[in-house]
Amino acid sequence: MSRIAARFEYLRSQGRKALIPYVTAGDPEPANTVPLMHELVNAGADIVELGVPFSDPMADGPVIQQACERALKHHVSLRDVLGMVREFRRDNTTTPVVLMGYLNPVEIMGYETFAREAAEAGVDGLLTVDLPPEEGADLVQTLTTNGIDPIFLLAPTSHEGRIKAICAAASGFVYYVSLKGVTGAATLDVDAVAEKLALIRQHTDLPVGVGFGISDAPTAARVGRVADAVVVGSALVKLLAANTQDLPAGRAAAADLLGEMRQAMDAAPKA
Amino acid sequence: MSTVSKPQQTPDWSAFPDARGHFGPYGGQFVSETLMEPLEELREAYHRYLKDPEFLAELDRDLAQYVGRPSPLYLAERLTRELGGARIYLKREDLNHTGAHKVNNTIGQALLAKRMGKTRIIAETGAGQHGVATATVAARLGLECVVYMGADDIQRQSPNVYRMRLLGARVVPVSSGSRTLKDALNEAMRDWVTNVDNTFYIIGTVAGPHPYPAMVRDFQSVIGREARAQYLEETGELPDALVACVGGGSNAIGLFHPFLDDAGVAMYGAEAAGDGIDSGRHSAPLCAGKPGVLHGNRTYLMEDADGQITQTHSVSAGLDYPGVGPEHAWLKDAGRVQYVPITDEEALSAFHRLTRTEGIIPALETSHAIAQVIKLAPQLRSDGGIIVNLSGRGDKDINTVARMEGIEL
Repeated sequence: MSRIAARFEYLRSQGRKALIPYVTAGDPEPANTVPLMHELVNAGADIVELGVPFSDPMADGPVIQQACERALKHHVSLRDVLGMVREFRRDNTTTPVVLMGYLNPVEIMGYETFAREAAEAGVDGLLTVDLPPEEGADLVQTLTTNGIDPIFLLAPTSHEGRIKAICAAASGFVYYVSLKGVTGAATLDVDAVAEKLALIRQHTDLPVGVGFGISDAPTAARVGRVADAVVVGSALVKLLAANTQDLPAGRAAAADLLGEMRQAMDAAPKA
Repeated sequence: MSTVSKPQQTPDWSAFPDARGHFGPYGGQFVSETLMEPLEELREAYHRYLKDPEFLAELDRDLAQYVGRPSPLYLAERLTRELGGARIYLKREDLNHTGAHKVNNTIGQALLAKRMGKTRIIAETGAGQHGVATATVAARLGLECVVYMGADDIQRQSPNVYRMRLLGARVVPVSSGSRTLKDALNEAMRDWVTNVDNTFYIIGTVAGPHPYPAMVRDFQSVIGREARAQYLEETGELPDALVACVGGGSNAIGLFHPFLDDAGVAMYGAEAAGDGIDSGRHSAPLCAGKPGVLHGNRTYLMEDADGQITQTHSVSAGLDYPGVGPEHAWLKDAGRVQYVPITDEEALSAFHRLTRTEGIIPALETSHAIAQVIKLAPQLRSDGGIIVNLSGRGDKDINTVARMEGIEL
């Protein structure tokens, strides 16, 4: 069983929902990332989503765009990100790590090389936001062969036929983008999300995570009532951005917010 | 001697792209999930209206009465004499309403937007020509219009910025990344994914996710269809060569596509070599880049060893783009079109030369094509001919050219 599947199975047995923080690798500088990952795990992260910096993050709002720019000032490459995961794995062999980013860095590295080196580094999943399953057959196969879960997005605009096809290509979990927009956009509509999740669940037994627009503990708790996993990114990255001169303070602020979310989710009455 | 008949063994160029937008290994749909369904709606609508006589009649009427088509095919006699080779014909897209080829496409897409019930138009622009052409058709149809433009491009193309504002468009400066065309495209995509219900994104070039490369090509192919018929009528044969500048590549595809089956017609795409390919400061992905994925399609890109898109440079804002339309990538690999580098200096020199010999001020983008003609014409037989796409007029560039020569206007 993959680390991701094992984690969701454990959570289910506990009656809890997964909390998944996203941070951009190398933001604001490379040495910050591995300590931050550990602090997020200590604050209650079940899976860590690590952003691979890209020069043209088309699906991201200004907060994560700027995080990419800060990381790219240090020329953080996909290989550097794998190095960070490798370092994280020295002290943590159980928390799943999912890489999230855009296809081009993976394409340039080569699917085979990437999948082999990522698996060896301890990466558990890959989400390339600009790769729909229609274009992804080769990469999905290469990832799967190397024991890495291909994670796909579902959106408010995905009709039933697409939901079916995407769930068939995905493993680990599927990630429902809660609103039409970029990362870090306005708050989501939990009722509309719940309705769509019901439709998605007719087509898959995979856990369904929800992200985009979750910025505080009450929203995390409300989403946690209807989803299997809550993904939070821009709200954490904002705290890192506000503390680029004091890295430990930035990490602590992010961990504090995540801890509040954890508490609110665990305290929420079960659906 | 060129022949009109279709030769054996050529690929059936018209069969591309395939159903999912692939030109061989290039093209496709590399976008986030939210846009997949809207792209499918667009593809469906486009294919439906492409066969709708009423839509086509409205498009033809607008191209004739609003744009001013057909554009003339003009024999540049003095330039021909000076160069001492093939006759040089200019396809005068600079005479279109708004001063460039861009309007052929925005007219088509705006009619489509209207039929799809969209009330809001967005666009990206580099030199501002596509932005002006979009703002123009939006004004005419009474649609809200937002144009994204790199902050640096706003500086170097200020006349076009004012023109768009006069037309009622909101011009949004984009200060992320390299502050040029690619960043404007990123921002337009972000707008589209957020406002996809009421918004139609008019992409200005033959790039982006399927169906844009094919759709923009089809709207621009009026250039090549007219030029082919005009040349045949005047000379009774086909030209020896076609020349056009290539940034994203819409004016080039527009001219080339109707001639692809004419095996005797050579084709040259002039890419912006900036300070020279060896300097690294250029915008020539076909001459010096490698394949990758950006802005919804797989194509040749300017990128580093890590897959990050690199800074581009060209004196011409409209060519200052790290990618290129996927059909060009495929035509390059197939060897059907030759893509050649033209430096800023060569383009500037061609700008002055055409202005002085023919009384036509070309856009700096177009000047790259003229520079290639200056190299090519003397090598060809004197009873042959070259058609060059005079894709835009240069009024918008006079500030840039003056500044480079130390003149304050």
